[in-house]
Amino acid sequence: MATDVQVKDIAIDIRSVSKLFGDFVALDKVSLGIRDNEFFTLLGPSGCGKTTLLRTIAGFEDVSAGEIVLYGKDIASLPPNKRPVNTVFQQYALFPHMDVMQNVKFGLLRQGVDEVEATKRVSEVLELVQLNQFANRLPSQMSGGQQQRVALARALAPKPKVLLLDEPLSALDLKLRQAVRLELQQIQNETGITFVFVTHDQEEALTMSDRIAVINDGQVQQVGTAEEIYEAPKNKFVADFIGETNLIDVKVKSVSGGKASCILPGGAAINCSAADGAKAGDGHLSIRPERVALVSPTKGTFVGTVTRQIYLGTDMHVDVQLDDSETVKVRVQNSKVAKIPEIGTKAGLNFDSDAARLLVD
Amino acid sequence: MASKKIDLRYFPGFLPLTYLCLFLLYAPLIIVLVYSFNDSVSITKWGGLSLRWYSDVFFGPEAPKFQTAAFNSLTIAVIAATVSTTIATLAATAMIRAGNFKGRSFGFVLINLPIMVPEIVTAVATLIFFSAIGFTTGYLTILIAHIVFCIPFAYLPIAARMQSIDNTYEQAALDLYATKFEAFKLVLLPLMAPGILSGFLLAFIISLDDFIITNFVKGAGIETLPTAIFGSVKRGIQPNIMAISTLLLLVSVVFVTLSYLVGRAGEKSK
Ligand SMILES: Nc1ncnc2c1ncn2[C@@H]1O[C@H](COP(=O)(O)OP(=O)(O)OP(=O)(O)O)[C@@H](O)[C@H]1O
Ligand SMILES: [Mg+2]
Repeated sequence: MATDVQVKDIAIDIRSVSKLFGDFVALDKVSLGIRDNEFFTLLGPSGCGKTTLLRTIAGFEDVSAGEIVLYGKDIASLPPNKRPVNTVFQQYALFPHMDVMQNVKFGLLRQGVDEVEATKRVSEVLELVQLNQFANRLPSQMSGGQQQRVALARALAPKPKVLLLDEPLSALDLKLRQAVRLELQQIQNETGITFVFVTHDQEEALTMSDRIAVINDGQVQQVGTAEEIYEAPKNKFVADFIGETNLIDVKVKSVSGGKASCILPGGAAINCSAADGAKAGDGHLSIRPERVALVSPTKGTFVGTVTRQIYLGTDMHVDVQLDDSETVKVRVQNSKVAKIPEIGTKAGLNFDSDAARLLVD
Repeated sequence: MASKKIDLRYFPGFLPLTYLCLFLLYAPLIIVLVYSFNDSVSITKWGGLSLRWYSDVFFGPEAPKFQTAAFNSLTIAVIAATVSTTIATLAATAMIRAGNFKGRSFGFVLINLPIMVPEIVTAVATLIFFSAIGFTTGYLTILIAHIVFCIPFAYLPIAARMQSIDNTYEQAALDLYATKFEAFKLVLLPLMAPGILSGFLLAFIISLDDFIITNFVKGAGIETLPTAIFGSVKRGIQPNIMAISTLLLLVSVVFVTLSYLVGRAGEKSK
């Protein structure tokens, strides 16, 4: 993915970085090219190694193998205070004995910026996060959302080349989280600083990022834009982890040029897109629930019985159990709810061939 | 609170036992306290309320002796508490922040040994040690001995406090371009302050009160308050001893209370 980008456009080049804790492999030859001025997200389930990867970039963990190159310079052996990257910690880690001003000024003073200059810069960043009037408050006197913004301001003040954010929104409630998402994106745009953002929340990742790296078990599964990852998942893990999907066992007859021809469980043939590396033989198709249409039993490619309906506000989730006992998830927009068959009745299922995608196992 | 607390009064005989313990612990203290205000030369007969024995402590024939002893006690306590608190702070930093280095458990035992070894053994051993290396006993030997046995008492509250401080604060400092020393000085140390003060006060009071070790290593011609009091008592109990004991008790209570309050304030500020 990064091959068509010039080296100078790469902010951080992570070159087959591995990290072992004893025998446990937390990072397994991770390679990523994070571009300059990019909002880049590391997404994966709990324990997959996101924090570990971020900590190796910040310098809190040594790498067991590999290189971390920041704008052409290998920083893997530098201590954290010699790396021009700053971190927004998950629990903020604001210094409790310092007020907001002193917290935000901390990095600037350590860099040797003089008092006057530093104070000016602090008011700039406090303006950016809209906290000017709080400069003399202690962290303990602020709400979670305000503390989060102080943490952001503190990390931005020294103008780092890369800003690392470890699930900075996880301590906020839903409404606030959504507001802060937009704000973070704006700040990234305004400052032009490369953001590396860690989350296990796929919605957060999809809405905020320029590009996403999906990680599982210490390995990068796929890198791409939100659309690429959602529409063209590479393997079963990505398809299943990002959004909801139906995974259907198929016989793959042939794969060539990103297309595959497969035999569905009922015997019908289908031509669909195929992920890089998919092979002939047994395989899995991924079909998103919203790409499946409910039709009358006579018109369906598949026929099954409706077993469940879940009201989701804007959508309706419907489970249809096929005759060979597999269950297909369907998502119908609420405006079309009137046409949903009752639980227990037969329903037909249809999908376009471009809705299906053959995955790498 | 989900379950009801067990009411100790339900155990038969518990209440009288409690009263007996409290009585044995505090009755002597109360008697000393009350009789220090006795206007009589007898230590058992009450002769009315007066401050004559307090005035005797400060201006009586034994006053110079007690003043010198008090001066020795205070200076030794301040220096011993300062030095032992510094050592304890550095030791706690190494023990808790430096990871699992070789000899860590051994270090832990070493630091806390003075609490576990019977004081009389430490006293004898210290005396033997000083005479073996030909060190003249006096002010300096008392001071060195006090510094050593105060370390674990200073260490305990400091280590407890440090254990409760998340190390992401120091990581944040390092991340913001602080050197390791700056992270320690500007972030860890201020957060540790309540624990350090608490440790200092505890060490101070332990040093001020010590008798056994001091008595062994002090040599002739120098007294601290506890040894001076003991020396006086050996020649018969005078009422002025009660006054001086009450004063010492007061200092102890003030410092222990301070240490407790500081520790608690630190808990809250986290
Ligand atoms: N210091 C350590 N010693 C041993 N194992 C560790 C250490 N730090 C992390 N691990 C292990 O490495 C794996 C990855 O941990 P990491 O914290 O990177 O996960 P994560 O993706 O950030 O998860 P979460 O979303 O829960 O924060 C976990 O299985 C964890 O138990
Ligand atoms: Mg994590």
